[in-house]
Amino acid sequence: MKLVSGEAPGPSIRVASSGARPFLQVEDLGKSYVPGREAVFEQVNFSIDRGEFVCIVGHSGCGKTTILNVLAGLERASNGNVFMDGREVVGPSLDRGVVFQGHALMPWLTVRRNIAFAVRSKWPDWAAARVDAHVERYVAMVGLSSALDKKPSELSGGMKQRVGIARAFAIEPKMLLLDEPFGALDALTRGTIQDELLQICAKTQQTVFMITHDVDEAVLLADKILLMSNGPRARVAEIVQNTMPRSRTRATMHHDPQYYRIRNHLIDFLVTRASGLSDGRAPARPPLVQPGLAACSDEERVPDLPAQIRRA
Amino acid sequence: MTRTLNLKAALLSALLLLVLLGAWQLATRSSGTAAQTVSPEQLEYMKLMGKDPGSQKATGFPGPGQVGAIALKQLSQPFYDNGPNDKGIGIQLGHSLLRVGMGFLIAAMVALPLGFLIGMSPLLYRALDPFIQLLKPISPLAWMPLALYTIKDSQISGVFVIFICSIWPMLINTAFGVASVRRDWLAVACTLEVSPLRKAMQVILPAAAPTILTGMRISMGIAWLVIVAAEMLVGGTGIGYFVWNEWNNLSLPNVIFAILMIGVVGMGLDLAFARLQRAVTYVE
Repeated sequence: MKLVSGEAPGPSIRVASSGARPFLQVEDLGKSYVPGREAVFEQVNFSIDRGEFVCIVGHSGCGKTTILNVLAGLERASNGNVFMDGREVVGPSLDRGVVFQGHALMPWLTVRRNIAFAVRSKWPDWAAARVDAHVERYVAMVGLSSALDKKPSELSGGMKQRVGIARAFAIEPKMLLLDEPFGALDALTRGTIQDELLQICAKTQQTVFMITHDVDEAVLLADKILLMSNGPRARVAEIVQNTMPRSRTRATMHHDPQYYRIRNHLIDFLVTRASGLSDGRAPARPPLVQPGLAACSDEERVPDLPAQIRRA
Repeated sequence: MTRTLNLKAALLSALLLLVLLGAWQLATRSSGTAAQTVSPEQLEYMKLMGKDPGSQKATGFPGPGQVGAIALKQLSQPFYDNGPNDKGIGIQLGHSLLRVGMGFLIAAMVALPLGFLIGMSPLLYRALDPFIQLLKPISPLAWMPLALYTIKDSQISGVFVIFICSIWPMLINTAFGVASVRRDWLAVACTLEVSPLRKAMQVILPAAAPTILTGMRISMGIAWLVIVAAEMLVGGTGIGYFVWNEWNNLSLPNVIFAILMIGVVGMGLDLAFARLQRAVTYVE
C-alpha cells in the first residue's frame, strides 16, 4: 500500500475544479453554541471520496450529531466550510438523504405513502404510477414488500428503521447521512440490517457518512473510521483506514487477523486516548493510520502526515 | 369479553332508567289525595277563591307520563309553524344549530390560521399570550350588550356570542398542536426541501390534527352550552327561547322535554366530533 500526500488545500485553491478535490470536503469546522464560549468541536477536517463509507466514532457530547446536521444542512456551523461535489453546503438539499436516529416516519402515513412523500419531493412531476413503482422497488430492497400498506405503528423497531433507510435511498441522494440508525435496535436485528445495508451500499456505490457508537459496526461497514477526541474543543484526531477487503461479512470478519488489530486500535483510542486529546490537543490535520496492516505492534502507525493523504 | 361487558352495561343503564322514571312517577303522584278530605262546601269555596284543587293538580310538577305525551305530540310534528311564539321543536333546534354552526365556522376560520401562525412563531406566541389569557375567561354572555349595541341585530349578536366563546379553545389548541409537532418530522420535510405550503398541509396539519380537533370538540361543547343562555336573552327563535317561552306559559312538560332535546342534540354533536377525532388520530 502506497501513501501519497496531496497538496494542502489553502483558500487560494478553493475554486479549483471539483475533479481534483474529494467528493466531500470538511474544512476547519467548528461550533460553539454560545458565541465566544468554548467550542464543542473545532478545526474538524476530513474528506470523503465518492462511493466511500465513512463512520465517525467518539464519546457522547463531542458533537458528532452536530457535524452530521451541518452536513445535512439542518444546522449552521460557527466556523469552517463544507463542500460537496464542488459546491458549498449552506442548507438542506435533496442531494443528501438523512436517516434519523428515531426513524422519523410520519405515523399517520403508511409505509408506501411515507416513502412516496420523499419521492414526490424529489420528482414533483412524476405520475402516480411511476412514483408507486419507484416506492415499491425501494421497499423491496429492504425486504418489506409485505408491509407496504401498514402504518409505522404496526411495524417493529427494526422494520421502521428499514423504512427510514428505504426512504433515504429512494430519493437517490449523492450522499447518505446516518445518525446512529441502529442504536435503538436489539443486537440480532441490528446485525441483519447491517448486512443489508452493506449489500445495498455495495450495489449502489453509495457514499455514506454514519455516526455509530458500536465499534464492531464501524469495522464491518466503514472504509474509513473517523475517531473524535472528547469535547470540549473536540477534533477528528485520527482517521483509521479499514484495510480488510470490502467483501467482509459479519459472519467471517472476525477470522481476519486484521479485525482484532483494527478493533483494538479503536477501543484503545476510545478508552484511553480520546480523553487525553480533548481541549484541542488533537491535531487539526488528522493522520491516516492503518492499524490492520501493522505487524502486531503499534509502532508502525503512520506518523503525523499532512491531511490530504489518499491512496494512490 | 367486551360483548358481555357491553351487554351488562346496557342492562344496568336500562335498569337505572326504570328506577329513575319510577321515582319521578312516585314523587309527582301525591297531589290528588288532598282533594278527598275537603267537603263539597269547602270545594265550592276554594273554587270561588281561584284555588281549584283540580286545576292545581294540572299545574303541579309533571310526571313522566305528561312529559311523554308532550314529547310524542311535539315529535310527531316537529316542523309546524303557527306564528312567532308557536313553532315546532325541530324549527327551534334548527335555528339554534344554525347559529352555533355559523358562529363556530367563523371562529374556526379565524382560529385555525391564526393558531397556525402563533404555533409557528415563538414571537407571536409570546406577544399574543397575554391577550388570549385575558379574553379567554370572560363569559361570552358578557359580550352581549356590546354586541347588541354595535351590531344592532339580535340574531347576529347570538352568532357573535357563539363566535367569541368557541374561538379560544380552537386557537389555543391549534397553536399548541402546531408548536409541538415533533422536530424529527420537520427535519425530514426540511431535508426533502419541501415547500412551506406543502410542509404546512402535509406535515404540520396532520401532525397537529388530533390536538386541533380536541380544541374544536371543546369549542362545540361550549357553544352548545352558551346558545341556550344567549337565546333566552335575545329571544325570537331557538331552543333557548323555546325553554323561556314555555316557562312563561308555565308549561313545565314542554320545558322538561326541551331540556332532554338539548341534551340529545349536544350528545350528537359531541359524538360527531369524537368520530372526526378518531379519524385523524395516529398511533406513534
